[in-house]
Amino acid sequence: MITVNSTNHSNEKVTPRKLGTFHGGVHPPFHKDDSNKPVINFAGIPKRLVLPLRQQLGSDAEPCVSVGDSVYKGQLIAHLNHHEGALSANIHAPTSGIIAAITKHALPHPSGLQAQCIIIEPDGKDESSSEHSFKPITDYATFSQNDLLERIQQAGIVGLGGAAFPTAVKLAGSKNAKIKTLIINGAECEPYITCDDRLMREKSAEIILGIKIVLRLINAEECLIGIEDNKPEAIEAMRLASANEFDIEVVSIPTIYPSGGEKQLIKILTRKEVPSGGLPSELGLLSQNVATAYSIYQAVMEGQPLISRIITVTGNGILHPQNFEVLIGTSFAHLAEQAGGTNKMADHLIMGGPMMGFALEDDNIPIIKATNCALFTSSTALRESNPAFSSQAIMPCIRCGKCMDVCPANLLPQQLYWHIRAKDLEKAKEHNLKDCIDCGCCNYVCPSHIPLVDYYRFAKVELREQKIAQEKADISRQRHEFLLYRKERDKRERDEKRAAHKAQLQAKKAAIAKKKADTGENADSDKSDISNSDTTKADAIKAAVARAKEKKIARETQADESLGKKSPRIKPTKNTGTNDEI
Amino acid sequence: MTILTAVLILVGLAAVFGLILGYASVRFKVEGDPLADKVDSLLPQTQCGQCTFPGCRPYAEAIAKGEAPINQCPPGGETTMLALADLLDVEPLALDEEDSKESDMPEVAIIIEEDCIGCTLCIQACPVDAIVGAAKMMHTVIESECTGCELCLPPCPVDCIIMQPLDTTIDNWKWKPPVATEKTYPVIPIVLETNAKSIRS
Repeated sequence: MITVNSTNHSNEKVTPRKLGTFHGGVHPPFHKDDSNKPVINFAGIPKRLVLPLRQQLGSDAEPCVSVGDSVYKGQLIAHLNHHEGALSANIHAPTSGIIAAITKHALPHPSGLQAQCIIIEPDGKDESSSEHSFKPITDYATFSQNDLLERIQQAGIVGLGGAAFPTAVKLAGSKNAKIKTLIINGAECEPYITCDDRLMREKSAEIILGIKIVLRLINAEECLIGIEDNKPEAIEAMRLASANEFDIEVVSIPTIYPSGGEKQLIKILTRKEVPSGGLPSELGLLSQNVATAYSIYQAVMEGQPLISRIITVTGNGILHPQNFEVLIGTSFAHLAEQAGGTNKMADHLIMGGPMMGFALEDDNIPIIKATNCALFTSSTALRESNPAFSSQAIMPCIRCGKCMDVCPANLLPQQLYWHIRAKDLEKAKEHNLKDCIDCGCCNYVCPSHIPLVDYYRFAKVELREQKIAQEKADISRQRHEFLLYRKERDKRERDEKRAAHKAQLQAKKAAIAKKKADTGENADSDKSDISNSDTTKADAIKAAVARAKEKKIARETQADESLGKKSPRIKPTKNTGTNDEI
Repeated sequence: MTILTAVLILVGLAAVFGLILGYASVRFKVEGDPLADKVDSLLPQTQCGQCTFPGCRPYAEAIAKGEAPINQCPPGGETTMLALADLLDVEPLALDEEDSKESDMPEVAIIIEEDCIGCTLCIQACPVDAIVGAAKMMHTVIESECTGCELCLPPCPVDCIIMQPLDTTIDNWKWKPPVATEKTYPVIPIVLETNAKSIRS
């Protein structure tokens, strides 16, 4: 107790860390108390697990099991795509069971489209086998960086903050970038979500171990854990766990949305601004989510791949809002059931929070590695944080400029809106549309209830499509030009060949003529011989032509006879008959 | 005397600059037509010939010379027309009525393989070499290279080529363009009229 107090004391005193602030931000109703009281429960093994082959942006993983196979818990069922430039991660069986199907299933995606998924029917035994699982590495310090990185890749770890970027790729990319500071994101600024909060309260020691593994991996000097000050218990727990780690510092940051954005958190903690289009690694920084740190700990020290994660099930449409440890592939319906079921207020199911999440049509959709929250809520409750989900009438933009004041990316949302409305995407691009993080602050403050983010999302995708179309057009042009060149070349080659052939013939003729002339001058007897042979040749040709003519006439008469006798009657009738049949 | 020096200086300057310009026109001679290149880079390169020119490049050259209007490219649609208007600094033109039905999803040609007789006519018609096959062998379309120009449809003697829109997948799915559903208000003259009436009454 004494040590705890002293460290707390020292932490507060020793860290006069001057925090930065980012531009804008909002304070929506956070609703954290709804779900942060109960401890994390295991959501149980559902009847069916649906694992999409693609859990993130990028490419599909490739299945390495077939229908009917029985799998153990933690067994690799789809391995990452090895093609160059392909971004994907390994997928493991969350529990033991039988592969029921590899088929198309609806994904948790705003489009509601279907894609390839592996469907497992659990046998309920939750068996694992030593053959198909990783060996726990307890003394990670003795392992090389490459071994640790390989383990993280093998375990299919992705960023659990939302984007699900493969962690091994991120870590490998920053190994050469001389990272000075590791930023651990425990801000959890999105309203309603408390999964990181509960995780930090209950698994602080494990998270710290995970952080130490990452620190070793990237040779960083220090680690800053940013936690919003509306989670005092989590800050306390993390400070306790990191009391003996001189290079890890827990920083309490003011509560403001979106402090959990990567660039925003960096600005707060280090007062450095990541340039537009730049990466944090250029400033010697790398950020990871607390949940990712925890899963790295699980993968390395417990030998457990990423087969489950903590998810907040909350909203006024759910009876007992709380956090669950959920197997990847569990359906939202199962989660709602585990949380006491839904009530009649549950109009919407949102994956993620109300600010940045998206609505799902159906609750028979699996959770994926990127899912951090299942929000069952009424329209009226959503309206308070995001007008995009409400049916409120959209009024004209009055150019009040409130959106500009709150934009954490320092953009001009209103200007972007006008340009996109006028379909002038180039202008929107010039106004740095790509820096928009879709945080929804502008939506939140807009007095006219304009769904501004919808415009930005639309424009970003449109610009990307245009870029792809341009690339395709360039390839088409190359192919067309090559086709024209090839035709030209073939023609030229043909002409050249013909010319060469002609020249050869002429040369031969000339040679013969020359020989003739020579022999004519030299000997008369030879000349008569040649003329003799010429006449014989001509005779032979004439005879041959005559023969051919005779043959032709004979054939024609024969054909005429046969035509006159048979074909006019039989053949056409046969033809029409077959035509009718067809 | 002063006039003479002035004239000499000016003549001298003219000669010097003339030499510089003459040298520059030889030294920095630009091969081809840079404007046509720029226009060509904006065209969708389907090589479909719907602009009445035999391919995108000839159309680009005609636009660069000012011989063709900028609204003749149905595959490019409004986007291309606007980009061309922007590049050439001319007023955007309305697309032709039938051209403006820009399809939402790009289409690709697909050969019904059971019906293909292997005549190679479509291979010769394809402007981007996207059809593979040999005489009396089944042909097939390389989907990723097909520009959807439909040039292979007319030559096919057995009509075994069909156009099919690409499937919507997670990769090419797009957010719907938001519709501005805001209310519109009556225009000012009407308001004035009612005011006038109310005053009168």
